[in-house]
Amino acid sequence: MKSVINYFKEIYFGLKSLITGMRITGHYFTHPKEIITQQYPENRETLKMFERFRGEVVLLHNENNEHKCTGCSACEVACPNGTIEIIHKRVDVDGRKVKALDTFVYHLQMCTMCGLCIPACPTDAIVMANTFEHAVFDRSKLTKVLNNPGSKIMDGIK
Amino acid sequence: MEDVITKPLESQEYFINMGPQHPSTHGVLRLVLSLDGEIIRKVEPHIGYIHRSIEKMCEHDSYQQIVHLTDRMDYLSCHINNEAVCLGVEMGLQLEVPERVKVIRTIIGELTRLSSHQLWWGVMGMDLGAITTFLYGFRDREMITDIFEETCGARLTMNYNVPGGLMFDIHPNFQKRTKDFITHFKKKLPEYDDLLSNNVIFRQRTMGIGKLSKEDTISYSVTGPSGRASGFSCDVRKHHPYSAYDKVQFKEILRTEGDCFARYQCRIDEMWESISIIEQLIDNIPEGSFKAPTKAVIKLPKGEFYQKVETARGEFGVYIISEGQKSPYRLKFRSPGFSNLSALNHMAQGCKIADLVAIMSTIDLVIPDIDR
Amino acid sequence: MKWLYDFSYLTRAIHEGLSTRFEPGTVVILEMVLVGITFMLLFALLGLVLVYAERKVSAVIQQRLGPMRVGKWGTAQTLADVIKLLLKEPLINKDADKFLFNLAPFVIMIAAFMAIAALPFAKGLHAIDFDIGILYVAAVSSLGVIGILLAGWSSNNKYSLIGAMRSGAQIISYELSVALSLLTIVVLTGSLQLSIIVESQANGWWIFKGHIPAMIAFVIFLIASTAETNRGPFDLAEAESELTAGFHTEYSGLKFAFFFLAEFANMFIVAGIGATVFLGGWMPFHIGSWEGFNAIMDFIPPIVWFFGKVGFMIFMMMWFRWTFPRLRIDQLLTLEWKYLLPINLMNIVLMAFLSLMGWHF
Repeated sequence: MKSVINYFKEIYFGLKSLITGMRITGHYFTHPKEIITQQYPENRETLKMFERFRGEVVLLHNENNEHKCTGCSACEVACPNGTIEIIHKRVDVDGRKVKALDTFVYHLQMCTMCGLCIPACPTDAIVMANTFEHAVFDRSKLTKVLNNPGSKIMDGIK
Repeated sequence: MEDVITKPLESQEYFINMGPQHPSTHGVLRLVLSLDGEIIRKVEPHIGYIHRSIEKMCEHDSYQQIVHLTDRMDYLSCHINNEAVCLGVEMGLQLEVPERVKVIRTIIGELTRLSSHQLWWGVMGMDLGAITTFLYGFRDREMITDIFEETCGARLTMNYNVPGGLMFDIHPNFQKRTKDFITHFKKKLPEYDDLLSNNVIFRQRTMGIGKLSKEDTISYSVTGPSGRASGFSCDVRKHHPYSAYDKVQFKEILRTEGDCFARYQCRIDEMWESISIIEQLIDNIPEGSFKAPTKAVIKLPKGEFYQKVETARGEFGVYIISEGQKSPYRLKFRSPGFSNLSALNHMAQGCKIADLVAIMSTIDLVIPDIDR
Repeated sequence: MKWLYDFSYLTRAIHEGLSTRFEPGTVVILEMVLVGITFMLLFALLGLVLVYAERKVSAVIQQRLGPMRVGKWGTAQTLADVIKLLLKEPLINKDADKFLFNLAPFVIMIAAFMAIAALPFAKGLHAIDFDIGILYVAAVSSLGVIGILLAGWSSNNKYSLIGAMRSGAQIISYELSVALSLLTIVVLTGSLQLSIIVESQANGWWIFKGHIPAMIAFVIFLIASTAETNRGPFDLAEAESELTAGFHTEYSGLKFAFFFLAEFANMFIVAGIGATVFLGGWMPFHIGSWEGFNAIMDFIPPIVWFFGKVGFMIFMMMWFRWTFPRLRIDQLLTLEWKYLLPINLMNIVLMAFLSLMGWHF
């Protein structure tokens, strides 16, 4: 007799647990307002990334096309993957030959967005940008030159 | 004729390659199954499909650079992995980090554990055929990744720890967002029970399946929730407290059954514990610096250093042998997934294919963690 | 608009129109072709609508938006998918049994076509009205398993074979429960003819008239028919987390589309049978002596009632599928032989007693 009672008990509690589950999915079915997904390319205008989001490395330029990079290679050393390559040139400053930045090469395809280069920079010349749409059709486009053509170093940065 | 009738039907074992591409191996794990009908006779895991020689790479990297490589091992508990390396280096340098750093590391570590368990819960449901749980798990996890993104700058591979402290201070919104998440998640966690834990189909599919005794757990060195489900008290946070774990009250979840359901329930209970740890700390973040001053080039003294932490999957250890250079002479990671996987054959023998999927789900494998 | 409430006007008009132009033999053939084309169109339409419905239902349950891009609210998404499937290469495994491999999808589709012929859609809209309608439908709807077994065997893939064998065991067991739960209502109607079963529900649906036994039978039918269509928590044959895609692992392109379509067609068929037997088919919902209410219900055309009830049943199946975890093969058989079958048999005895005492309405 006990086993018979257990048999029906099992069915009752089993069905009850199933209905509890269905109540939850039913709740979400009847509350379409709670939908959390967004439609991405359509919401580009309103989509705002968090300010600290690490998208890619950029070299900051001001309105006079000047940057703060001295070409010291600290970021190149800090980078674990060889993402950053600094090519130097020698410039005349007060009659002395001084090392300066020629080309700031950034291999986006190798970057792991670890952000170690940012604190390594002594002059705060580079920052992480918020952009995240990096897809391109040609791999070579991922190798970028970060200093603008014709740009030069800001006055007073050593 | 008599012979034909009385003789039992002969059956033959056959092999199936489960993986490297299979929906429920969670990555590129290859299991060679010996099957008799649907019953599993032997499981042979073949690993190495995503081996990236992280340990070897570490021998050429500076200690700051090693940290970001550990993000790529157990990517679901990346912050805790980072913490392990940082604690190891700090131990070598005999560097005392500020209290603020310890508390923040603990909070973010517990958030990481929560997010890992949420994802595991979703995937566990999906492996057993309830696809909806997958989306619900991710829904709640999204709030945590938002917290990470705002404070650490990335959603998955955060790299927030540096030897000596943190990369930058917490975001002003951090506390508010975390509290919002806790209130939200406390309402959602009972739904997890309603959808899976109490479901009769789920209970029957997990109870008594994939049993692992306490002795076997220890001999296979299965740690984490999988080990604690068999009664093996192995919580590093309790036995060797690091960061701020010695200041908070929490229970070590222990169960004795050692089956799939115990492992499942262990993780669900751990989520409640994580919530309580975060609640204890979130209002008590001490003021101070977010980083102890370190040299630009860290050189560890000559010697051997071992630091272990409790990730979402079990005990994660970092063993550093230093020759006094700026890179370690040799670095070894003890990853929990590797040891947990070794017990799979023992657990799965005599089970059905559907059970193997459940067992794999409950030991919560992350393949890059196994292969490194 | 009279034909909307009684399709026999329309069918008679077509028949008479054809009879004036052709000989009787030709008329029969032409009418058969007409019915065939109608069902083919119905299947195509069902595929489009049900696949879209399933995607949207699952999306809303999972707090997603679902397909949104193709057409307004993604309504043309299924059409785009059909075009994609048509353009795909029909791959065949090198060591597959090619004849059986190609035959399997058609077997499944033929079984579905045979079953749908006996469904009464509305008053006078009924392709064949067998006097053993229920028996025929129950027999034919389980023919699809042959297609699944053929697909699994001929693919020369171990995953497919396991899936097919599981499916075979599953459908053979659950066929019993489906038939027995239908039989519970047959006790009341006294006839196997589907049109008579529908007529007998003019004054109330059997699920209400048959008291508790009818409700139990309905629940059992819902569970067993979900299992028979290889859906929901019973999709062991294609359990994607265990067997990648089960019996149709090796199929691609149009042949895969056939399996996919057959799943939804079968769902429609079992929902149609359930609606006919338990929920009054195309009969409107009436409450005793509420004349005004009954008149309003009568105003809704029978075909709308039928598809509404079928839609309700299909929604229940989708709800099951997107809530529950999958059963294991031994649990599946335990559920059938230890729970559904004994309860079903007891239920029939109860129903027979009820009917004998005349306690039903």
